Parts: sequence; structure tokens; C-alpha cells
Amino acid sequence: MAETYIAKSTAVAARMLGGEMMIMSAVDSTFFTLNEVATVIWQSADGRTPLSEIVERRICQEYEIEADVAHRDAEQFVSALSQHGILLVSDQPISDATSKGTDAP
Amino acid sequence: MTLLGEMNEKALALGIPLSVHIDVTYRCNERCVHCYLDHDDQGEMSTREIKDVLDQLAEAGVFFLVFSGGEVFMRRDFLELVEYARKLLFNVKVKTNGVMIHEAEAKRLRELGVEQIQLSVYSHRPEVHDAITKLPGSLKRTVDSIRFLKSQGLKVTLSNVLMTVNRQDERGTRALAKQLGVAYTLDPTVTPKIDGDTSILALRVDEENLDALFQDDELVGDSEEYCKPPAPVDEDVMEGYSCSAGHTACYISPYGDVFPCVQFPLPTGNVRQQKFTDIWYRSPQMNEVRSIKVKDLTVCSSCSHAGSCTRCPGLAYMEGSMRGPSSSDCQKSYHRTGIPSANMLRKAGMLSGGPLIQILPMVG
Repeated sequence: MAETYIAKSTAVAARMLGGEMMIMSAVDSTFFTLNEVATVIWQSADGRTPLSEIVERRICQEYEIEADVAHRDAEQFVSALSQHGILLVSDQPISDATSKGTDAP
Repeated sequence: MTLLGEMNEKALALGIPLSVHIDVTYRCNERCVHCYLDHDDQGEMSTREIKDVLDQLAEAGVFFLVFSGGEVFMRRDFLELVEYARKLLFNVKVKTNGVMIHEAEAKRLRELGVEQIQLSVYSHRPEVHDAITKLPGSLKRTVDSIRFLKSQGLKVTLSNVLMTVNRQDERGTRALAKQLGVAYTLDPTVTPKIDGDTSILALRVDEENLDALFQDDELVGDSEEYCKPPAPVDEDVMEGYSCSAGHTACYISPYGDVFPCVQFPLPTGNVRQQKFTDIWYRSPQMNEVRSIKVKDLTVCSSCSHAGSCTRCPGLAYMEGSMRGPSSSDCQKSYHRTGIPSANMLRKAGMLSGGPLIQILPMVG
């Protein structure tokens, strides 16, 4: 099965506020807040680490969530954010240029 | 409540400065008749200093960043500053007259992911707009820049200030915004100059113009709803704050001075001498501003408009007391609802020379 790689779009504004990540799309001004687990996925979206590895290392181990559930939720989350252009998704590693300037605050 | 509203509430509870307005220069290529600024450069922050401030603002939790001036493009490093701010993931809004924006600048602003550009236009007629800006050809150049920005798909707002010298053109200016396909805002507020000179207040429109403004559905939405009498003032109102200045928002001048708001010239510290968070959390002046609840206001706490007034604490401060009334907002509340404010009644009583103590007859 092909791996999924995720990178943060440069066309967003984002900031942590009291443990939640606020994100606004510069494309359509859609405003999101991410819960703690979703924030971890967002912060780990470096374009190089496969989503499966992010889920296993950062979600399942740290939050004691079952692998099947965590993978399914992560895929749904990634799909939703990619539809708004917040996350870039590819079956190949995404180059540095794409996620340049999106170091998580 | 909207998600954004919830975030505002959360920032208020946590004491986070969610929004910061930074003027990167007071220099300008226009000389607008109503402008409150001194345009001479008194020692602007350098590129490095502003980038350091932006680092500190990101660290402090600032999400919304407004770049304004003066004219922002008078700084040759302006796009470099925007690029840096966007790398720090601020939501960036730019206020400009647009005169120096051509295709290349518009394209770069879009590439950088700027959220919104607000441009000042005071009339649809060059002879009126250019007379206000005192820059011949400025209307054409600003309108050209709006077209460049729109062609890049950027969100553009045309911002007008209603004054005695352009009130007759308000509908024409609004039509121009519609024709250009951009949003339109209108503000009847003219503030004293930064040095305290109040002569420009003569540009404020008269009462008839305010009445017409508040009855205009296109500007205020449902005018009947907008102009309805104020709801009874309850405990929530009395325990609340009149605006976000010093609570979730502040202003930084080109010289590093930090104020509660661009319209609230109470010095609270300077980022050239202190860390931003030291000023935000520990400045006695900032803490005094945020300690003031509606119940603490000297006149407004007894006003029927207390829960719905747009009272600006900065204008009140310039009028004499940050706990006092802002007369121009009293006028707005009055012309919106037809009900005089406590401040207006107090002044009328003083002017009428009535008794200092009124004894009400017993009833029944």
C-alpha cells in the first residue's frame, strides 16, 4: 500500500492558543481549530515523514489510541484539511520548497 | 457564537494579544487633510528590529497582524517584512493607499498569502479624492492598484472616511467599489492629530449626515434592527469591557512605542527597551486599561447605551479620561437610536444652568 506524505500549505495562518491550534486559510478564509491530537499531526507534517509513521510514533504511543482507530481518524483529518488547501498530500515525499516557511509556531 | 468569537473569548481569558497593528512608517506620499500623523521620520525601527518584534509577537501568540502606516510601501523593505511575517504564520492584513502597487507588487502579495488589502479611497471623482490626498493623480493610481490586486485574486477592501469635504460623493464612491468588485467600508470617525491638535475635527460630518448613514440598509444591514433602542443594561454588560484595546489587541508605532490601540495614545512601553511580553503583561498603564470594566466608567456606567455603544476608550482618553465618555460615540448612539446618552443629558443639564441638586417629589 502506498505511503501518504503530508506538508503544511504556505497559504495559511496558524498559531497555538491555549493548547489548540488556530488555522485560517488565506485562500478562502476558512477558520479551523485543531484539538491536541490533530495539532500533533499538523506539527509533524514536514513532507518527509509518512503519515503512518506520524500516527504510530506520535499518536498511538503518546495517546494510547488503537492503531486502526488512529489511522482511520488521521486519514479523515488529512482528507478534510487537504480539501481546504490547508495540508498538501502526496504519495511521494513533498519537497522542502513546498512546506518552506511553515515551521509550526 | 462563531469559532472566531470563541477564540476571542479564549484569548481574553488567557490574556493573549490576538491582534496587533504595527505601523512600519509614518512617512507617506500623500498628505491627506484628515490625517492625524506627523510624517517626518523620527527614527523608524530597522528591518532587523521589526523582524525581532515579529518574532516576539509570534511567541506571544499574536495571530492577526495589521501592517499600516504612513504608507507601508515607502519602506523599501516592506515586502521583506511581509515575507518574514508570513513565514511566522501570521494572518496578515495590509493597509495602503496603493499608489506604489503595480503588477509585480500585487503578484508578490498574493504569493505571500496576504489575507486582505485595504485601500483608502475618498471619492470616485479625481478632483475630490486628489484634493483630499493632495497628490495629483492619486485616485487613478489607487484604482489601478485595486485592479492589479483583484486580478491576482486578492481580497480587497475600499475604505472611505466620511468628511465634510467628500460627503456628497459617498454614494459614488460606494458605486465605484461595486464596479471594481471589492468590499466597501465607511467610517465617519475623524480623530485629533497625534500631537493633540484638534483642528481637523472640523472635517467631521454634521448630525444630518450621521442620521442618513445609520438609516442606510446597504451600509448597516437591517437599519431597523441597527437603530432600535438599546436593550436594558444587565450585570454581564457592567462586568464587561468596552473594546479589545489592551485586552486582546494593541498597537506598535514605527519607533517601537506600544499603545493599547492606534487610536489610544497612552504610552505603555517601547520594544527597543523592553521585551514585548514585559510591556503586554507588566506595564502599569496596560494593566490599568484592562482593569476598567463598564461599571467603572464615570458617566457611561449610568447610560442606557452602555451595552450597545461603540464607546472608544482611546477617544475618551484624548477627551480627558480613559474612564470618561467619548462624545463622538455618544453622538453616534444618539443618532442611531434617537435616545440621548447620559453624557449628553449631563452636558445639557450643565448648560441649562439648572439646580445642582434635584429633589424628586414623592409619588403616591
